[in-house]
Amino acid sequence: MADHAAHTDGHAEHKLEIFRGLVKFKSNTQKIWGVLIFLSLITIVEVALGYIKPDSLNGHILGLKILNWIFIILTLVKAYYITWDFMHMRDEVSGLRRAVVWTGVFLIIYLIAILLVEGEYIYQVYKNAAVSFDF
Amino acid sequence: MDTTVAPTGTEGQTWGGGSNPLKASYGKMMMWFFILSDALTFSGFLAAYGFSRFKFIEEWPIADEVFNHFPFMHGTDAPMFYVALMTFILIGSSVTMVLAVDAGHHMDRKKVSFYLLLTVIGGLIFVGSQAWEWKNFINGEYGAVKTKGGKILQFTDAEGSRVALNEFVTVGERPVEALGNNEGIWYQSDDPIGSTYTIDEVRKGFAANPDLRIRTQQLIVNEETGASEKLLLSREESLFKLNNQAVGVVEGANLSENEYGAPLFADFFFFITGFHGFHVFSGVLFNLIIFFNVLLGTYERRGSYEMVEKVGLYWHFVDLVWVFVFTFFYLV
Repeated sequence: MADHAAHTDGHAEHKLEIFRGLVKFKSNTQKIWGVLIFLSLITIVEVALGYIKPDSLNGHILGLKILNWIFIILTLVKAYYITWDFMHMRDEVSGLRRAVVWTGVFLIIYLIAILLVEGEYIYQVYKNAAVSFDF
Repeated sequence: MDTTVAPTGTEGQTWGGGSNPLKASYGKMMMWFFILSDALTFSGFLAAYGFSRFKFIEEWPIADEVFNHFPFMHGTDAPMFYVALMTFILIGSSVTMVLAVDAGHHMDRKKVSFYLLLTVIGGLIFVGSQAWEWKNFINGEYGAVKTKGGKILQFTDAEGSRVALNEFVTVGERPVEALGNNEGIWYQSDDPIGSTYTIDEVRKGFAANPDLRIRTQQLIVNEETGASEKLLLSREESLFKLNNQAVGVVEGANLSENEYGAPLFADFFFFITGFHGFHVFSGVLFNLIIFFNVLLGTYERRGSYEMVEKVGLYWHFVDLVWVFVFTFFYLV
């Protein structure tokens, strides 16, 4: 696939397996519809959980509600399939994949961790500190 | 594309850029790195949202109560159904985009243009939906009053269901003194211009309806269910708060105050969904440009529909961002 001519008939090179080979599609088009159904199912589950908000999921794990953990994990699953199958990251070489995904994931986790810890700290200062107006 | 590059005699060789180390063309790789940087921008916004929410964790508005409108179903409580619909619209337009890319691989001009058109329509419906969402958010539904400290007080009946200002407040006289043409201003009024009700009218209406209560921004955990809910004051506490601490009426939302709670909530809503909406809008423009290029046969002549693929990457990214905005603004 070193030149453009090879790239134009790149459809022959799509990897058609998802779920680690559990589901294998016959063509790229079929895979697209399959992924759409999967993403729609996840969204329906998310909306149903958000609407019902089952009381059994109100417990906390690592300071976050179980329900919110479920939402975040389902979101990451959706993001994975959009990137891997709609954006064809599955078909790119591992170098490009890692350059984009690892960089992003590392920086985003770093940013989120720092900001959330800081936000929690300020909340504690507002709530408990003897002096909260100048910190 | 490469007409601006001076020939160096190394064309086709490694030093002349002849090999693609990551097996992707220059344009596609740069689109990926642009997406990476844009993803970091959006993460910055969402992380800042998380920061502010953690900072005010005990008084953040509950999204279900804010976004509960659905077209043609006025007055019914339909939390999140509209944004869920928007999510489906955007995922649907992502699918038509990836079908267009696939048709491009097969050099099928007719199919590419058809799917691109569908993608553009999906994008326009999405932007329109966002405008409707903004309209509801800006207009508000119940109205509230704010305290000296900038907190929001909302009104409920004895059971805790929300009551709108127009259900119990009577609009009184608005003494306006008209001035002549030569006074520099046309009229003078002691009351704030622009809000429907004054704080005194709200106090009067509240006193006349013994059923009414006040709900604060404070989130408390329901002992039985473990769910978070807003703190409901008793009648006496409500009267005390309203008569001693309330200073003004808030209807709807703007950048400095909103009837839903913390001002930052509306700021982030406008900023994040606005920035995303701007991405969708520019994505629609890109899609339109390549749509016309497909119709004109530009990519047919070029021998490759890779431009569709590159713009497609951008379009999917917009969808990807929405998945996160949906989770962190509406679900969590």
